[in-house]
Amino acid sequence: MNFDFSDDQKQLRDQARKFLTEKCSPKAVRAVLDGKAPYDKELWKGLAEMGFLGVAIPEDFGGAGAGHLELCVIAEEMGRANAPVPFSSTVYLAAEALLIAGSDAQKKKWLPAIASGEAIGTLALFEGSGNPSPKTIKLTAANGVLNGVKKPVADGAVADFAVVAARTGSSRRDGDISLFIVDLKAGGVEVKSLTNLDPTRGQAEITFRDCKAESLGAAGEGWSILTQVLDRAAVLCAFEQVGGSDRALEMGRDYALDRIAFGRQIGSFQAVKHMLADMYVSATLARSNSYYGAWALSTNAGELPEAAAAARISATQAFQHCAKNNIQVHGGMGFTWEFDCHMYYRRANAMALGLGSLSYWEDQLIDRMRKKNAA
Amino acid sequence: MNFDDTPQEAAFRETARKWVEAHAPKELEAELSKSSLGRIRLAHQDIVDVGKAWQKKKAEGGWACLHWPKEYGGRGATPIERVIWQQEEGVYGKLTQPFQIGEGMCGPTVMAFGNEDAKRRYLPKLAAGEEIWCQLFSEPSAGSDVAGLRTRAEKKGDNWVVNGQKIWTSGAHYSDYGLLIARTDPNVPKHKGLTMFFLDMKSPGVEVRPIKQANGMQEFNEVYFTDVVIPDSQRLGAVGEGWSVSLTTLMNERMSIGARLATGVPEMFEFCSNLMLEDGLAIDDPAVRSKLASWAVKSSGLKYTSYRAISALSKGDRPGPENSIGKLVSGMMLQDIATYAMDLQGAAGVLTGSDEEAAQGQFQQMLLSSPSMRIAGGTDEILRNIIAERVLGLPGDIRVDKDVPYNKIPTKGR
Repeated sequence: MNFDFSDDQKQLRDQARKFLTEKCSPKAVRAVLDGKAPYDKELWKGLAEMGFLGVAIPEDFGGAGAGHLELCVIAEEMGRANAPVPFSSTVYLAAEALLIAGSDAQKKKWLPAIASGEAIGTLALFEGSGNPSPKTIKLTAANGVLNGVKKPVADGAVADFAVVAARTGSSRRDGDISLFIVDLKAGGVEVKSLTNLDPTRGQAEITFRDCKAESLGAAGEGWSILTQVLDRAAVLCAFEQVGGSDRALEMGRDYALDRIAFGRQIGSFQAVKHMLADMYVSATLARSNSYYGAWALSTNAGELPEAAAAARISATQAFQHCAKNNIQVHGGMGFTWEFDCHMYYRRANAMALGLGSLSYWEDQLIDRMRKKNAA
Repeated sequence: MNFDDTPQEAAFRETARKWVEAHAPKELEAELSKSSLGRIRLAHQDIVDVGKAWQKKKAEGGWACLHWPKEYGGRGATPIERVIWQQEEGVYGKLTQPFQIGEGMCGPTVMAFGNEDAKRRYLPKLAAGEEIWCQLFSEPSAGSDVAGLRTRAEKKGDNWVVNGQKIWTSGAHYSDYGLLIARTDPNVPKHKGLTMFFLDMKSPGVEVRPIKQANGMQEFNEVYFTDVVIPDSQRLGAVGEGWSVSLTTLMNERMSIGARLATGVPEMFEFCSNLMLEDGLAIDDPAVRSKLASWAVKSSGLKYTSYRAISALSKGDRPGPENSIGKLVSGMMLQDIATYAMDLQGAAGVLTGSDEEAAQGQFQQMLLSSPSMRIAGGTDEILRNIIAERVLGLPGDIRVDKDVPYNKIPTKGR
């Protein structure tokens, strides 16, 4: 059994960590947090130069043609560094949708631009509150023209293009939904930034008014493609969450060693130790579930739907748990703007919602386990 | 990343599989498959008798304690080969329950500290299941704080004379030998006055009494020692070094890698898939689904954590500390699952009879047994301390009795 990343993949992880330690310090994250820029453009450029944006994009389309295991180790480091860039929207959602359903021309147009850092992409799925479901999609597409409003759209204000889920039928079935690709810099689009929990990753409202759009994938296949995209993104996001969990745990551990109260290191109190031990347990379970997701993702295994849901749930719980208790270990200092704890707390709770909430994925997991048991 | 064997591992697996196929007591397969929670009970046979027969066959075929050197009854197998064997032994591995303490803890201690004569005399018989060993560490006043134990061993000529009491000794009533830690010097701090021995459980002055547990069962014993004589040749390690010898014993618990801990998740999933509530199947209820999903990802997380450890062994590396989370997670989960399953049964959940309702009393049994899972082999709290100190590097607790001579430590009723 070789249920681990290869030495080369681990080396890539080290390389990514080194790069992000230099280029994505907490200070750099704060610049975006404080609203000085919508995202870290320098970092984005650097990620392109390192080949990280196109690591899983085939060489024919301007990428490094490595694979999804390589993308997983980079995702972990992006999460650990709390990177303030539209990485997940562009790489996990837009690029994956193109890889699954894009025509050759569409891939040629967008994928090299993603890999080189020239194009930021996103997925415009949600329309107000609710979880991913064909029923919630009201934006219409008729003869390649879109009308409707999407929100929240992650990184929508900085994106160059969006994959948009639209209603093309009225049978109330999955087949009513089709996907489109929209150049957001062309006409018919109005973008408004929205305030959100985690300002290091923007959210927007996008209004489409008689907006011309190109089909992505066959008509009526939209929901099936989306399901695959969300599963793949769930695994990749899980790695970001695993990286974030580990970092939050480390911060808590380091503070517990450093801080003296009642004449001793607070890490010598069992109440604090046990809190940190429980964080380690959550982070370990999440990592192991995510490894299984990575295996399923990289091999396109039939187990992917179940593995993705398990990774998503486990990693969401772990990141929320570690980020929350990291603040608790820090006590009052953890609740200051000055300490970095809240950046992970914000990220953890924003990420918990981005691809559909925890309860949505719990529902998905049970459905998928039942399907497997029935088979 | 893959789940495949290396060619050598595949060849080893094939050999093991064929041997199990040819020799396993297949008539017990169904019964063994069913009993996934708690201790094994067979309807018509004594687990010790059946276990001894299986262990003897394994020893003859070279599959007993296979990671031990050949001269001591093993096969000289690598750690990953041992994991593969466990996988192939499958449900029949449950028959080795009476030997696990001996194989996992007593044997390795004899191997590390016994003289050559002792190793050749005792280890092959232990491996073959001919002689069963138990471990005599815990005492009524020394559980988590086992170094605070009171059982005394006093030197008389070439012998030691033991007086005291042990508790929670699994299998003492059918064991031939016991690994005993006792206090040989009460005038020094508690960790420094301990010495390790092994003894014949049939020695005069040894009395084994079963404990009636909170769940109504009797699986453990108290062992009383009254002027029990142990020859000095049965001492393991130097006088006063018992604590560090015991750490060797306990460290061997990490060999449990690959052994699957019961979590209750498959049973709960099946239960919820069949249980009719007022508005339909339990598994269609959002609250039930949410809980089930949370438990399912803990269970899969444990499974893949052990896969990571197995992968390390396969590469010849030492597994990381991740495996230390297993019992902590599964123990709490069993208790939570049992409580929730009964909640779903409503008023009838109070009934424990096996024909009362769909789940045949299994969750009621789980509820009553699960407290022990959170205590035996290290309480949840001790396990958290271990993770915090050994994995995360946090400071040890401040120990007020650390430098105090044992006989000056305040106690209640000594």
